[in-house]
Amino acid sequence: MAAQTLFEKIWDSHVVFEAAGQPALLYVDLHLVHEVTSPQAFEGLLKARRRVRCPERTFATMDHNVPTTDRSLPITDQDSKLQIEMMRKNCAHFGVRLYDLGSREQGIVHVIGPELGLSQPGMTIVCGDSHTATHGAMGALAFGIGTSEVEHVLATQCLWQAKPKSMEIRVEGQLGLGVSAKDLILGIIGRITTDGGTGYVIEYRGSTFQQLSMEERMTVCNMTIEGGARAGMVAADQKTVDYLRGRQFVPTGSQFDALAERWLTFHSDPHARFDRKLTFDASTFSPQVTWGTNPGMVTDVSSKVPDPANFNDPTQRRAAELALNYMALRPGTPIEDIKLDRVFIGSCTNSRVSDLKAAANIVRGRKVAPSVRAMVVPGSQLVKNEAEALGLDKIFTDAGFEWREAGCSMCLGMNPDILKPGERCASTSNRNFEGRQGAGGRTHLVSPIMAAAAAVAGHFVDVREWSNQGGGR
Amino acid sequence: MERFKNFTGLVAPLDRPNVDTDQIIPKQFLKAVVRSGLGGGLFYDWRKQPDRQFVLEQPRFRNSTILVARANFGCGSSREHAVWALADYGFRAVIAPSFADIFSNNSLKNGLLPVILKSDEIDTIFAAIKEHDAYQLTIDLARQSVADEYGWEAHFEIEPFAKKCLLEGLDDVALTLAHEQEIAAYEKAHPVSYRF
Ligand code: SF4
Repeated sequence: MAAQTLFEKIWDSHVVFEAAGQPALLYVDLHLVHEVTSPQAFEGLLKARRRVRCPERTFATMDHNVPTTDRSLPITDQDSKLQIEMMRKNCAHFGVRLYDLGSREQGIVHVIGPELGLSQPGMTIVCGDSHTATHGAMGALAFGIGTSEVEHVLATQCLWQAKPKSMEIRVEGQLGLGVSAKDLILGIIGRITTDGGTGYVIEYRGSTFQQLSMEERMTVCNMTIEGGARAGMVAADQKTVDYLRGRQFVPTGSQFDALAERWLTFHSDPHARFDRKLTFDASTFSPQVTWGTNPGMVTDVSSKVPDPANFNDPTQRRAAELALNYMALRPGTPIEDIKLDRVFIGSCTNSRVSDLKAAANIVRGRKVAPSVRAMVVPGSQLVKNEAEALGLDKIFTDAGFEWREAGCSMCLGMNPDILKPGERCASTSNRNFEGRQGAGGRTHLVSPIMAAAAAVAGHFVDVREWSNQGGGR
Repeated sequence: MERFKNFTGLVAPLDRPNVDTDQIIPKQFLKAVVRSGLGGGLFYDWRKQPDRQFVLEQPRFRNSTILVARANFGCGSSREHAVWALADYGFRAVIAPSFADIFSNNSLKNGLLPVILKSDEIDTIFAAIKEHDAYQLTIDLARQSVADEYGWEAHFEIEPFAKKCLLEGLDDVALTLAHEQEIAAYEKAHPVSYRF
């Protein structure tokens, strides 16, 4: 057989039906569902009197709309309440397993998938959510879909898909101290721009990605969509196998051994051909801060807010002007001079135990600046429990951070956690779009250790200059 | 889905690249549990600016059915609400040099046509809107063409299967269920690898 890429191996093994001149009918191994993008899909099923074809491959959680404060209190927002109740009703009616608010496994859909061992190498994984790309870190083909497609998958467990092109992004070498997986992916998006990956599935290859932990790989794959590609992936290796062993839905004993052996076949063959290849050197990456209103508008912490006048392309120049106007930033301002009102550590990009550990290492024994309100929102209740067992909650609260229940929270502010108009936030989330964290709010995307240091200083700081940056990698 | 029919409509210019779905329909409208009625939330934050200068707030563009924008339209969140809002407002086509993949898929499922033209063709449209007061375009899907009344015409590419579905108004769930045998055979050969 001809040499194949990881992507091709997964694609080919999931084609149910194919005919010339039309997309392939792909089988979906795992379908994750959340409360915001599913009500209209379930409604469609009800109307057409269809059932959920494979409840055993469908898992639902509540994350986008849920309160992160005391959950014994009733939800005051009537629309949120209705959406949550709809989710319960739909899951009960169609026999879909739901991680409800009170469940110990509840959390952000892209955190719980890997954590519960649902996302496995070689799988096709979809969810009505663009950050489904996260699960590609498991060596899976995972991508976001719209609600019509959610309905289609619920009804048929399949999807019509035109075959995307493949891109290799190779990074070799070791990231510097204080340079995290978040900086790596922000730096990559800055280099390829926000639509550089459109139409492609990206495989991240090279020693840099091999050295990353599974959770760091998730951070990288998570933000692939911000570079326009629907899916990003890292080949399964021994780390992947070790990560999955013993997780709730992962088989044990000889069944595990057989699975693990198969998982390790999910990598690109030596001479596999990619449609596009890019190579970067790990030593060229440094801590990143976004200055604009999309994740590609990003620069080094040690640099300055760019001047739109220096953009050659008139459309890009105008976009930069609009962005700086929205962000209330002047060209030439050193990034480290930008003062903050809020700090948010959380989201499916950076809310796992290793993220919280790294941030806590920075915060330990220090205090949040008096002008800053800072919060930590663990990605799942399991993450929250583990972090508390490690005493991380205590480190954060002693420093003046709020410590919350799991959910998407201020990543998109569908619940009460939002920025006020004009407030400026250092956020470990993935989108700095206008109004993303609250109408009129200004978001700067950074890594967890950069966010932690900024909370303490009250403005951005180069975390590499802090003595106890260890743990940030 | 309803069949896509040729139409002529007023064109509204949105001169920005990377228009994301958070902008098209802000989060507070995602609490909806039905598909209809989202037009009021379309570009909500931009429309509510105090200066009322946003394109859809200008009386001359109120009744537009075609939106023209710059590259990477519809990037960001997968929310299909963005497409529902555009369609509910009255848009039937969006013209841009490129679209985000998920947005493009969502549009096709809802009969909103994403038309990809070259950057210089888009420039021509932006210029024509400045020049002519009620600038209209006619979109012919079968011929894959966009034309104005002054003799300008451009052609666009569209994936043949998507085109067929739009022209015939096909329901793709029904289309898939016609492959029940293949799906069942696949499932038999690939059991679930979970421990329940
Ligand atoms: S944390 Fe943010 S990006 Fe991730 S799923 Fe939730 S809302 Fe989406």
